[in-house]
Amino acid sequence: MPDLAIIIPSVLNGLTTGALYALVALGLTLIYGVLHIINFAHGALLMVGLYAVYFLNVQLGIDPYVALFIVPPLMFALGYALQRGIIGKASHGRDENILLVTLGLSIVIENLSLFVFKSDTRAIDTPYSFEVVEFLGAFLPLPKVIAFAGALVTAALLWLLMSRTDLGKAIRALAKEPKGAKLVGINAEHVFAMSFGLGIACLGVAACLLLPSYYVSPQVGHGFVLIAFTIVVLGGMGSFVGALIGGLIIGVVEALGGLFLGESLGQIGIFLIFILVLISRPTGLLGHKV
Amino acid sequence: MTDEKKPAGIVRRDFLQTAGTAALGLGITGLPTVLRAQPASVKIGLIHPVSGFIAFSGNQCREGALMAIADINAAGGIKSMGGVKLEAVLGDSQGKPDIGAAEVAKMAEAGINGIVAGYASSISLATSQEAAKTNTPHVVDVGVSDQIVSRGLTNTFRFSPGYGKIADFAVANLDAINKAAGSPAKTAMIIHEESLFGTGTADLLSKKLPENGIEVIEVIKHANPTRDFTNIVLQIKAKKPDLIIPANYYNEYVLLARTMRQQRIEAMGIYSVLGGAASNYKFVKEFPEAAENIMDCNHWFNPKSEVALARKAAAEAKGLVYTYEVFLAYNAVLGLADAIERAGSTDKEAVNAALSSSNMDMSFMPYGPTRMVDGQNEGAQPVNTQVLKGDIEVIAPKEFASAEAVFPVK
Repeated sequence: MPDLAIIIPSVLNGLTTGALYALVALGLTLIYGVLHIINFAHGALLMVGLYAVYFLNVQLGIDPYVALFIVPPLMFALGYALQRGIIGKASHGRDENILLVTLGLSIVIENLSLFVFKSDTRAIDTPYSFEVVEFLGAFLPLPKVIAFAGALVTAALLWLLMSRTDLGKAIRALAKEPKGAKLVGINAEHVFAMSFGLGIACLGVAACLLLPSYYVSPQVGHGFVLIAFTIVVLGGMGSFVGALIGGLIIGVVEALGGLFLGESLGQIGIFLIFILVLISRPTGLLGHKV
Repeated sequence: MTDEKKPAGIVRRDFLQTAGTAALGLGITGLPTVLRAQPASVKIGLIHPVSGFIAFSGNQCREGALMAIADINAAGGIKSMGGVKLEAVLGDSQGKPDIGAAEVAKMAEAGINGIVAGYASSISLATSQEAAKTNTPHVVDVGVSDQIVSRGLTNTFRFSPGYGKIADFAVANLDAINKAAGSPAKTAMIIHEESLFGTGTADLLSKKLPENGIEVIEVIKHANPTRDFTNIVLQIKAKKPDLIIPANYYNEYVLLARTMRQQRIEAMGIYSVLGGAASNYKFVKEFPEAAENIMDCNHWFNPKSEVALARKAAAEAKGLVYTYEVFLAYNAVLGLADAIERAGSTDKEAVNAALSSSNMDMSFMPYGPTRMVDGQNEGAQPVNTQVLKGDIEVIAPKEFASAEAVFPVK
């Protein structure tokens, strides 16, 4: 039985890891939760963001946190273009087509990156990569503490955008009543692309905050995409605060599960919680009934 | 006894008799195989996990095998078959044994002449089993499980050592290093990945270390991929072992080593078995401080061999990191080609027989003479390496050592 000296640092670490998961899930909750687009390319696009941060650092010496001003806008443009140029056109408005198109996109992106970057695992060494923050007797890696704060800020910004701006209102209107939204003059194609772009921009933020404590390879997205889908459903489809809370819960459950059940079995805890929440609250923690 | 006088010169009957005998003789001895119809190429199947969670290592294997094929072809191909060239047929197991086996079946149907596979032990088990159905010669490049060569398959061979030998070697050398320092290390923790390689290695070490006075206080298994190692490192911190022994793949090793540094883990030594910083130039280059003083027991080349150093330089000129996957896959192709050369044909029985009697010179590795027993090269052995001053040095065995071990670190 582990003692408190391990349990407290483990919980704190679970929270910081969960914040990273939440960052990846925030973009997905916008795309999947609001627009109901099952984006199988989410992991592959996270990988694109991570490579962008990596090469900006290695080639131009740009710090990953400075890259926050470069990568998310670029990822937004990529997401907008993908939705407008490929996903929207190829799907013809049918959900099953969207699913297949994003699955195809993920295969193309991953194999292209395998071809271009090879399967090499790449990591960056920053002056703060090994810095830690001491808190309640735990050594918390500085990059993960920053990622934790970044996840809170990103969730708050997205919430503000969705609740206080015209774009947010248009996205919500389109999600709830597409025909009505179009009738009142909302440019559906543009708003869909903006939403998708924003979701992918979130991945850009996640990439900037993730790389100082992680690595990038063409398969790196696989480790995050399933967990991100779990968080979105757990937190409530389309709820940014729900995604944040869901991410933190998953992070803590994973950490404690690993501690008490062993690292291999620990993953079971995530899906047990997921099933329990779905049974007791089918709309997720902060989801609303449709 | 008759004393028949033969006419001078060549008579027609003698000529026909001699020519007929010669033709028959040449046909039997195999010398004129060069005159027989030869295949356009000898097809070598290279099946590796070039996508999936161990894609880095799979690609390294593929690159090493392709380098060997290019070198053999540049040196004249298979000379006993009239210089016929080797042709690589590429397969991707995606890190999954069933897909690896399916690739073998596909290649066997297409008439492959030999297979080099499959990096991971679990994949190598499946590919060799499938190849056995058609008796296709199969050389395992990296897979270390001893099960690979203990199933009585007459088509399966391995030129590199298995984990039984590696574990013996790792424990014996650790014991020697520890004793030389006055036996300060008494406890160890083993951190291993969950597949056959990690589990098998951990089991062997758990049994053997106590025999040498080192108590194994905890064995922790982790999944592939593992996104965060903090939990494991917190347990290491709480248990305070003298030695930390990781046995895992590269991505997880990177995260584990980084987390140990972040959490200020202080141990007398990190002694990796089969995979670690001290057998990867990339890790040493990217994280020199985290890598310093880490010891490995792993596959390595002979640092005193001109041939090995030339191959390392050639790989690096191609932009490759010279990891053990590269040179073990290279050696596997070399061993298979040597057998085809000696067999003088691609006949499966003949190639398997030639592999069984392989006595290839492998002085570019820290090996003794090649000697196949049930498909395993008994001359193969690992070495101990340590990261010292930002470079990888061999510290044991003595005849191959380029530096003295630094132990204990703390």
